[in-house]
Amino acid sequence: MKKYEKTIEIVLLISATVATLSVFLITFFIFKEGLPLLLDYGITNFVFGKDWAPTNGKYGAFPMIAGSVSVTVGALVIGVPAGIACAIFLAEIAPKSVVKFLKPAVELLAGIPSVVYGFFGLSVFVPMIRNYILPMVQKWNPNAYTSGYSILGGSMILAIMILPTIINISENSIRAVPIEYKQGSLALGASRFETIAKVILPAAKSGVVASVVLGMGRAVGETMAVILITGNMPKVPGNVLDSVATLTGTIAMEMGYATPTHQKALFAMGIVLFVFIMLLNMMATCTKRKLGGE
Amino acid sequence: MVNRTKIKVNSLNLFYGDFQALIDINMDIIENKVTALIGPSGCGKSTFLRTLNRMNDLIVNARIEGKVLLDELDIYSEKCDLIQLRKSVGMVFQKPNPFPKTVYENVAYGPRIHGIKEKSKLDEIVEKSLRGAALWDEVKDRLNRPALGLSGGQQQRLCIARCLAVEPDVLLMDEPTSALDPISTLKIEDLLEELKKNYTIVIVTHNMQQAGRVSDYTSFFLNGEIIETDLTDNIFSKPRDKRTEDYITGRFG
Amino acid sequence: MVEMGMSKIITTNKKMKINIKEKLWYFFIYLSALFTLIALLSIIGYILMNGAKHIHWEFFVKEPSSMGREGGIFSIIVGTLYLTLVSIVIATPIGVAGAIYLTEYAKENRLVRIIRFGTETLAGIPSIIFGLFGFVFFVVFLGFRWSILSGGLTLAMMILPTLLRATEESLKTVPQSYREGSLALGATKWQTIMKVVLPSSVSGILTGLILGIGRAVGETAAVMLTAGSSLGLPKSIMDPARTMSVHLYLLASEGLSKEKTFATATVLVIFVVIINCFANILANKYMKKTKVES
Repeated sequence: MKKYEKTIEIVLLISATVATLSVFLITFFIFKEGLPLLLDYGITNFVFGKDWAPTNGKYGAFPMIAGSVSVTVGALVIGVPAGIACAIFLAEIAPKSVVKFLKPAVELLAGIPSVVYGFFGLSVFVPMIRNYILPMVQKWNPNAYTSGYSILGGSMILAIMILPTIINISENSIRAVPIEYKQGSLALGASRFETIAKVILPAAKSGVVASVVLGMGRAVGETMAVILITGNMPKVPGNVLDSVATLTGTIAMEMGYATPTHQKALFAMGIVLFVFIMLLNMMATCTKRKLGGE
Repeated sequence: MVNRTKIKVNSLNLFYGDFQALIDINMDIIENKVTALIGPSGCGKSTFLRTLNRMNDLIVNARIEGKVLLDELDIYSEKCDLIQLRKSVGMVFQKPNPFPKTVYENVAYGPRIHGIKEKSKLDEIVEKSLRGAALWDEVKDRLNRPALGLSGGQQQRLCIARCLAVEPDVLLMDEPTSALDPISTLKIEDLLEELKKNYTIVIVTHNMQQAGRVSDYTSFFLNGEIIETDLTDNIFSKPRDKRTEDYITGRFG
Repeated sequence: MVEMGMSKIITTNKKMKINIKEKLWYFFIYLSALFTLIALLSIIGYILMNGAKHIHWEFFVKEPSSMGREGGIFSIIVGTLYLTLVSIVIATPIGVAGAIYLTEYAKENRLVRIIRFGTETLAGIPSIIFGLFGFVFFVVFLGFRWSILSGGLTLAMMILPTLLRATEESLKTVPQSYREGSLALGATKWQTIMKVVLPSSVSGILTGLILGIGRAVGETAAVMLTAGSSLGLPKSIMDPARTMSVHLYLLASEGLSKEKTFATATVLVIFVVIINCFANILANKYMKKTKVES
């Protein structure tokens, strides 16, 4: 009997480690496939090279890195203020009845597949940018041009996609602020808004920062939405109306027809993406831990 | 010296939904005196305290009848500015609740939100308030350290200093020493003696010796009603009501 | 003296000015909450309004023809279900067993910390990286080719953290007294878990499962690189398949047929909404239950 129970425990333990083993396996294989080319070609050449022409053996991934970064920054500029404001609304201002339907709405927003977002952006934002925003820009810069497939469109859709991440984590950390802080501030004659801005938000800082970092991770790692909207032009962008290719988009598009060396280059790109995301996740965990300990 | 009424409470009733938490409260709170509110847990004394600076506004289904006059103005009337009211009637809570900021920032918080920006003015207020709360000498070298690093007793005096910084007339204290050790408690009691020269103080306490030591007037609450209000000496030596006597001699509660 | 005291708490105009600034902030906060809601409603509404009219019974039962330009999505629905089924059949036992280990057996030690960190990390890896890994490991290295098996295994890895966490959360809410009651009757630990602990956390496990299904159905990038995009009806687990998300992507990116694209998106969105409703109902039910117990 004792032995039987012990066996079960071991089986359970093995199951528990599967996720961790998967991480090791993923890391190992991605590096195994991509690292040789990355080292051969030179990390700096790969990361800072501006020429991506796999058929000619040129693997400069800088345009994609710039593409990913610009789309992500755009998404943060739009999504972070809106997300934090919405979290404040849910945690501090909205009556219970409103929270009751807004919360499921946020959950649903998180559940919509990214390809649906991409399709929506493709059929709404892209034509909108081409037909309405471009003429406005042309009024003061007649040389402006865009096909609609652009950083702006990608950022807009990504901003919506990262909302649930930012809202949920920020809201939880705002709710976790002890009520005593709030009472202390109100008793001093601070208004509700002053209390939120000067006491509650600073006290919830760690969670809010973590939510932004995780939202950033989601934006950088997102594939299907950006692939349909940003135009996939491997060129360093000049402004927000330019088309760009992102790391994720390039991998997904080119894997299908890549030659073996080209594939290795895509894996190398995967390494860049992987390392970046891991750094972001670690940053999120650290901010939570460091500031949470106060 | 004339005893002037600072706060006058006229037939105050308070309901939480269907439950009546305060029943027909009438009371005069005298300027520059310490008034203690005593009574068993759940008798309504903390609830009453919170009606005096309208902190009960935070509770969703609380409803108020009657009047609370601060310097002859009804604080529940439309003319009263809630923010100015809370500025004039400061509150110290049961558990010390400094903000997760530095000592300096805690004290400067109130003056800042009320519009004071000059650094020199703020410095002056911070020092004056901390001196007022008998904390200056202990923290003057660590004003820029986090307030949460102070001891419990120091934190509570910091909270008092934080109140003083907005120059209130009245200080409400909700069992301010219940979370503190005896030595810190004594320090705060001594402080009350000093503070009442300039402020009107209302203190809720569970500790009858404390009420006896620090207060000039005592009010005994039971089941949402005031049973008796009198000079503290009278309450403790010759209570008029049997229930007050029972409580004070420790026969219940 | 009395007059001075009175004027102190009377409403003044000076305070009104500050209120305008606050009102602007409140306006921004309300606007952000509204933005979130409108984003959701417009995405769902736009797709349903354009797609609903193209959905007929035939759309579900007909095979697609000429690259999806004509016909229905029968083989795609079959492929989606097949792939989802495979992934949850693999991931559920591992996820539940792992969660049981973490809540019922594990002591706070280094191994457990590594397991938790690994699980968290796995949850943060972007789908394109899973795709790359699935491609090089299952498709090439293990020789499963582009198949439902490769895709299912990759998806299983992706939904494992969701399942594990949801199960762990619900196991934690089972009161300690239940366990003690069973153990005191002479039941072994394993009997206690199987007969008492697991049954009282079924709704939590189901919530995790449903969220996992949602993620599996919505996933595109990883599936495309591991299960292929063949339009044929899959006959065995070793056959390639195309899921609804992949189908939507290919239709959208190649601009094959607007009608079919919207119709597919509609089916996908309706599915996701239903999944979310289920998850919400279950989560509410299980919150109510734990509230009564505590």
